[in-house]
This record gives sequence, structure tokens and C-alpha cells, in this order.
Amino acid sequence: MEEKDIRDDIAWAQINVDVLRSIEKPRLSFWLLFCFAGCLFLIGVACEVYQWRKGLGVANFDNPHVWGLYIASFIFWIGMSHSGTLLSAILHIIHADWRKPIYRFAEAMTTFSLMTAGLFVMVHLGRLWKFYYSLPYPNERWTWPNFQSPLLWDAMAIFTYLTSSILFLYVGAIPDFAICRDNATGWRKHFYSWLSLGWMGTDRQWRNFRVTYLTIACFLIPLAVSVHSIVASDFAMSQQPGWHVTSFPPYFVAGALYSGCAAIITLFIVLRHTFRFEEYMTLPILDKIGRLTFVIAMVWTYLNFVEYASVWYGDDMYAKDLLIQKATGPYSPFWWTMNFCGSVIPFLLISKTIRGNLTAMMIISLLLNLGMWLERWMIVAPTFSHGYYPWTMDHNQWPSFVQWGMVLGSFGWFGLLFMLFCKLVPSVSMYEVKEMVYHRTLAQKKYAREA
Amino acid sequence: MSIRTMLENWEKYRTTHPSGDLHKDHPEYKWAMAIDLDTCTGCNACVVACYAENNVPVVGKERFEHGQTMHWIRIERYWNDEDADTPNQGAQFLPMMCQQCEAAPCETVCPVGATNHTPDGLNSQIYNRCIGSRYCSANCPYKVRYFNWYDYPEQEIAWPEPLPMQLNPDITVRTKGIMEKCTFCIQRLRTAQSTARTEGRLVKDGEVTTACAQACPTGAITFGNLADPYSQVAKMWRQQQVELHKDRQDKDKTGDNGGVRGYRVLEELRAYPSIMYLERVRDTNA
Repeated sequence: MEEKDIRDDIAWAQINVDVLRSIEKPRLSFWLLFCFAGCLFLIGVACEVYQWRKGLGVANFDNPHVWGLYIASFIFWIGMSHSGTLLSAILHIIHADWRKPIYRFAEAMTTFSLMTAGLFVMVHLGRLWKFYYSLPYPNERWTWPNFQSPLLWDAMAIFTYLTSSILFLYVGAIPDFAICRDNATGWRKHFYSWLSLGWMGTDRQWRNFRVTYLTIACFLIPLAVSVHSIVASDFAMSQQPGWHVTSFPPYFVAGALYSGCAAIITLFIVLRHTFRFEEYMTLPILDKIGRLTFVIAMVWTYLNFVEYASVWYGDDMYAKDLLIQKATGPYSPFWWTMNFCGSVIPFLLISKTIRGNLTAMMIISLLLNLGMWLERWMIVAPTFSHGYYPWTMDHNQWPSFVQWGMVLGSFGWFGLLFMLFCKLVPSVSMYEVKEMVYHRTLAQKKYAREA
Repeated sequence: MSIRTMLENWEKYRTTHPSGDLHKDHPEYKWAMAIDLDTCTGCNACVVACYAENNVPVVGKERFEHGQTMHWIRIERYWNDEDADTPNQGAQFLPMMCQQCEAAPCETVCPVGATNHTPDGLNSQIYNRCIGSRYCSANCPYKVRYFNWYDYPEQEIAWPEPLPMQLNPDITVRTKGIMEKCTFCIQRLRTAQSTARTEGRLVKDGEVTTACAQACPTGAITFGNLADPYSQVAKMWRQQQVELHKDRQDKDKTGDNGGVRGYRVLEELRAYPSIMYLERVRDTNA
């Protein structure tokens, strides 16, 4: 008989106790991680202050290397945001029950990685205090953004996606806020009363809740696909060799789901440890995410290969030159690492033993995300070193500590937001885990009756 | 601000390919250039003139080595493989600046519409509208857009005393975070156009020229109005059988171009650049 995702004899009251403990007394490792993330964030802030004061030159940008790690990290964080939607919306619609204990933190990951990505856009701008120029709003100066520009589509798609994911995250957590409210005292009581919007758990409320949740889920799925397709358009719509590839949108979406799944594995293991969620974030569920990650890794590998093949057999000598440069030029160590981490490492996930080993899964998930981060960098950077124009060719520029500091800072910022969230909001969906236990008990009774 | 204004403004930003009828696209002016590489000696006088005319900051040796230089026009040096036998012929020079493309790749991608096409066929840059996304530079095939990586007027000493006295009062200095590039000396063009408009006529050929063309000691750079069929530049384009709206010239299709030397850089990318170069003729027996 197949191993159960969750022990089905956990009492409902026990679920409340276990999950609520996470917002009260986490392990010491939580606070250690929190301080670590805080330090990384401060590094990022220091770099940004320095860059703000001096100008973007301190980040070692030059002509032609006008884009760098900021844009690469921007795509990376947008990508990370996709698996939250995959788990919470797509798997919700196809009734994959194993998602229930883990979708809440995946959805939080979506929201916070989108916020991180948004920060990178601003950090990247030369005059970030003029950021609002890129938003379409009626104003007295009669200026209006350029609707032909993929960057404007980006701005609109990301804002829409961010708003919807926050809504989705919030709506899905309302019944749990009510449980928190019922168990909290002091300022927390006010806080959760306010958040739970007067949830009483009546039949009518549950019916409205289900409809709302499903509607937002249906709305979110096309959005998720469109957001990363539009980010891919930043490159595909441009004229540069290595970017001007029509297969970029599906390639980016696959890469996004891939890195998102890997990030879910990482956070799964971290949360399981720091909040003592061993009963809920179980190994059978990890096994299922592992399998899902493998499938997406293979889709990504295929699309990656399609991109290489279409460039190699295409008639564009500039793009072909660039591909050869990537494999043999100064970026080759990163390019090969990216291909190795992205396409070879996932084969380890075939083994059931490895899928059940927490240490191995942690290392693999980090390597996969390293590969995916490098992938984004390898899309952005080499095109500048080997574009159309010979004058700009083979002039390489290494990002300065300011850019690297900001990349570290983004991980710190994401970590801070995420951990703050886990401390304030139940990171396991209590009411849905109860459904799992409940359904299984019913099914068992039915099975026993038939036997 | 009405919806109608918004839509009209939006439409103004749309970049289209040239229709083929120059006088329909540009009824009065279409500023263009012809650069004779055979005459160019690579002396860099045009670069110096450009720095002086357009308040281009001098970034210093260290920044130059970092590739953060701001030269709106640059002299590129190339060595042909066949020149290995005759090294005394030296490098071939190519002055490269913004090509003022008719369907400019930079214009479509700017999120705020800071770079636009003017009715007289210039690719203009609005400094105070630019937010510094640098997408225009990323998409420019020629890489002739220069970004202010530092605050040159205020923090950096790009013009130490008494050099601020020589700054051109007709145009601004640019602060950090702004993209800039060759404008075909738009301040000169606007002055000339304004004078001509007051006198009820069009700008005459030779009445206005760019700083680089003015400074060139060998007269390699010819600047003028392509919409005026009698201008020097229009004559040269006609003579060299180069047409603005084509991504591949008729003379190149036959294989035998009859000895004319005109070509445009990366023409096949369909950006329709407004600068025609005249190929250098080399005497291999020399």
C-alpha cells in the first residue's frame, strides 16, 4: 500500500497545537537564520546607498555592458515566484491533495520573490527616484509611457501578478487567521481579529470562500504564464544575438517553474526543521515534489536544447558566434556549470533513496538553483560581450562588489520577509490539512466497510 | 488629460519603417550624413570638436579603461587580415556615432518614451524624461549610446576650473543615471531652422553643419538635408546608389556594384541608418 502523505490519525486539535506553535516558539535555528538574513540584507542596503550616492558606475557597468547581475537576478526572482502558483493554484484545480500542507509557504514565496524582483528593477535604474515615470497614470505633464516597450509590459504584468498573489495568499489564509484569533491573547488577538475579517466558519462563509478561492486560482494561472513570457519578451523582442529567440517565453516559464520547485524543496527542509513540522512536511510529500522537479527539469533541458539547436542550425551567424563564445569564451566555466547543474544533477532525483534523504535533497535543490541563477546570467551577460558590433566584442567586464553585494542582499531581504511571514502567519494551512485527515478517515471507513 | 490625448500621445511614440517616399515621411527636413573613409585620417579632431560642442564629460584615464567613456563620436580602428603583408598601411579608421536610424531599435524599447523620432528624422533623447533603464543601449546594434555612470557635473570633476567657462550654453550638462548620445548637434539645427522659419524659407544647404563635420580637416564628413534633392549629401547618396528606405541596396543584389563605394553599417538589421559611409580604397601595390 502506498505510503500516506500525512498520518491520518492526527487529531484536529493536535493540528492546531502543532501549527500554532510555529508562530510562537520556533527553534533557535530560526533566529540564527533570521539574523543571518538580516546581515545579508544590510550588506545589500549598504551597497545600494553607495551606488545611489555615486552612480551606477561603481557597480562596474560600462558601454556595452549596460545590464548585469541586477537584470539576471530580476529574472531569477520572477522565476522563483512561479512555483507558488503552480502548487497553490494549478495543483488545487487538479485536486492533488499532497500540496495542502506545503502550498501556503510556497504561495508566500511567490509573493516575496516578486517583491524582491521588483526591487531589482528599481536598483537597476539610473534614476530610481523617477521610477514612477514608467507607470501609466494620468498626470499634469501629459507624459505617457511607451506601450511598445516590453519593460512597460513587465511593469504592468508584475504589478498585476503581485496584487493577485497577495490576494490569493490572504484569502486562502482567512480560516487559519480565525483559528489564530481564537487561540491568541493580547495584541495578537487584535491583529488576527482584524485579519480574519470576522470569519465564523458558517456554511455560507465556507461556500463564498471556496468560490472566491477557486476564482482567484483560475485567474492566477494565466497570469503566471504571462508574467514570465513577458519577462522573456524583454529579450525575445529585442534585436540582439542570443536574445532574439522566439522559443524564449516557454523556455523562461519552464525555467521559472524549475527554479521555483527547487526553492520549494530548500524551504520545505528549512521549515520542517525550524518549526518542527515533521508530521506535516513529510518525506512522501518531499518525494512527490522531487518527482515534479525532475519532470520540470527535463522539460527545461529539452527547451534549452531546442534553443541551442535552433541557433546552431539557424542562419544567424552572430547568434551562432555567440553560442560558441558562451561555450569556449571567458564565460564558459559558468555556462558549463549551468548546463551541468540544470540538466545532469536532476538525474539524481530518479533515485527514490535520494528523494527521501533530506541532506541530499537540500544540496541538490541548492545546486539546481545555482544552475538556474547562472542560466539567467548566461542569458543576459554574454550578449553584451559578443554582440553585432565588432568594436564592442571580446571586451569583458566583471561585476563589482556592489552588484554581488546587492545579489546577496536580495537573498537577505527575501529571507527576512519570508521568515517574518512564517512567524506571523501559519505556514501550514491548518484547515486544509484537516481536510486531508478527514477525507482519509472517511475513505478508510468506506474501505473497511467494503472489506 | 483626456483619454483622447493619451491615445494620441501613445500613437506618436509608435515607430514605423520608412514608407519609401522620403517626402511623405519628412516633408521638409531629413538630416543625414555621408562619411568618406578614404579621406578620413583618424586624427580625432571630430571627437574633440564633439566634446567641446556638446558638453561631453571627460571621464579620465581610469574610467576610460573601464569602458565608461562618454565619447559621442569615436574613431574605431580596424586591421584587415590582408594588411598583414603591408603593415605600413596601418589601421583603417571608422568614425562611429549614433546612426539616427529611421526605424531605431532603441526607440521602441524605451519604457518611458524618452527617445523619440523627430519630424526631421532625428533620433532624439529627452534627458529629463530618461529613468535609466538602459534598454535602448542594450538594443542598439552599434552601441553608440552612452550612459552617465557618475554624476559628472556635480560630484566628479569632469570640467575642472576654468573649464566650466567653455561649456556650451546652448545645451545642458547631464546628471548621473541618464542616457545620452550624438544628436547631430540638434542645438545648431534648431537655431538654423528657427532662423529660416522666421525668414519664411527652408534651411539652405551648407547653412548649418555638425561640429564634427565642421572640424574635419579633410572634409570627410558631409552633413545636410536629404529631403533637399540639391543638397550635397543627397547628391552623394544618389551618386552612391544608397537609398534610405532599403535594407539591401539594389546595387548589392547584382554582385557587381559598378565601383560605387557607399554602404551603411549593419544595414541588414533593418534599422535604416541615416549615415552612409564610403568604403576606403586601398592600393595594394603601394
